[in-house]
Amino acid sequence: MQHKARIALTAAGLMGLSMAAQAQDGESYITLASTTSTENSGLFGAIIPQFTDKTGIEVRVVAVGTGQAFEIARRGDADSLLVHDTAGEETFVEEGYGTERANVMYNDFVLIGPDGDPAGIADADTVAEAMQLIAESGAPFASRGDDSGTNRAELRLWDAANVEAEGDWYRELGSGMGPTLNTAAGMDAYVMSDRATWVAFDNPQNLELLFEGDDALFNQYGSILISEEEHPHLKHDLAEQWHQWLLSDEGQQAIGEFEVKGQQLFFPNAD
Amino acid sequence: MPSDTSALNTALSLILGFDPALMEIVALSLRVSLAAVLMAAVIGLPLGAALALWRFPGRSVLVVALNALMGLPPVVAGLCVYLLLSRAGPLGELGLLFTPTAMMVAQLVLVLPIIAALARQQVEELHQEYREQLTSLGLSRLRMIPTLLWDARLGLVTVILAGFGRASAEVGAVMIVGGNIDGVTRMMTTAIVLETSKGNLALALGLGIVLLGLVALVNAAAYVVGETARRRLG
Repeated sequence: MQHKARIALTAAGLMGLSMAAQAQDGESYITLASTTSTENSGLFGAIIPQFTDKTGIEVRVVAVGTGQAFEIARRGDADSLLVHDTAGEETFVEEGYGTERANVMYNDFVLIGPDGDPAGIADADTVAEAMQLIAESGAPFASRGDDSGTNRAELRLWDAANVEAEGDWYRELGSGMGPTLNTAAGMDAYVMSDRATWVAFDNPQNLELLFEGDDALFNQYGSILISEEEHPHLKHDLAEQWHQWLLSDEGQQAIGEFEVKGQQLFFPNAD
Repeated sequence: MPSDTSALNTALSLILGFDPALMEIVALSLRVSLAAVLMAAVIGLPLGAALALWRFPGRSVLVVALNALMGLPPVVAGLCVYLLLSRAGPLGELGLLFTPTAMMVAQLVLVLPIIAALARQQVEELHQEYREQLTSLGLSRLRMIPTLLWDARLGLVTVILAGFGRASAEVGAVMIVGGNIDGVTRMMTTAIVLETSKGNLALALGLGIVLLGLVALVNAAAYVVGETARRRLG
């Protein structure tokens, strides 16, 4: 028995060591905290291999809501940040956690709803009017409610439309974009989504794109370099290469060429 | 993938096609969960046995706490391990966050109470049965631990399987500490969450069927080993 226990103990130790070893190899990688829209739409799957081919640097994407991505970066757990909340990104830099923020690309938000369009938002002239119509009709609206970039943008739009976003009709789900679309499909609710996630989403059921095109629905993505002073242990050199590549002609072209179902989802706009 | 493909067809084509990405995910899931369960067993079995044999003040509090920890919500375990391994946390220097090792630690935290608490119960019952014999042999309590664990081994296999079930099924903890990074920390359960969020329900359910099959295989293997041992013991 004692012998067997010793064998088991050694095996467990070895397995632990081998796993630790595996975490160490492939030194040439960075961890990128980003949003679910960029990962789930397949954008990273299309552009990162091009970057890796050129530089030999692997990019490991942790795809979370923008609020959580900021928190991961603040704690020093990611080498680079690519999110979509310009106001939050500027605050992040002002607080000293980031040293540089640059526009990378944009797309837009769209309003999705059940195919009957009970609130009649398809004919609205502005997104503010569309949102007022939803609130007046009392039709359910599914909100992310998770402090993500999309959630923050949605709350700003309610404010701009002078609508108090609360009541039975306003349902805060506290979920990512995909789960929110799944839920909205299940309860025939209106929902605001980034275009990329919506186009790549495969379970729309009765949902349809009902309103798009207002300038207020603009959705800017930015890349941020994280402060070396704040987090000296991070791979700043590699992160800088990634940041510069995103802004380079090559990176911008890669973003522009990415399509899902024949549609371009992200529009490069580095300065 | 056409949307009318049924989940079962998806599962079959995933398995029969030996999809390399799937194989990688399956291998990682097994590696992490088996390592976590093995470590939990190495620590938890003697710990549970010791708790069964020794009497000390506060023992009942410890037993209740251990039993309660069997219900530790995975997402809470994940959050604790995240705060521990995060750069800003006490073990941040190790740089283990978002690695398979971090996921193994999180699963260890979840599985250890299950194995220790159930082992304590099994050993305690056995000890009550054989107390006089063991004492007459003049065994110290420390010497009794391996003897009792060995005698309880058939029941303990089930205990370890329960731990493995918990480890392989959970998603909340590994999602937080692993980050669901493609090719690095994507496991069966986190891949299912991801495909569900993409609205790819057939693939998500297909992956679920594959996972269920894997767990069934591990359980079947343990059953065969257990039955063989039982027959040999007569």
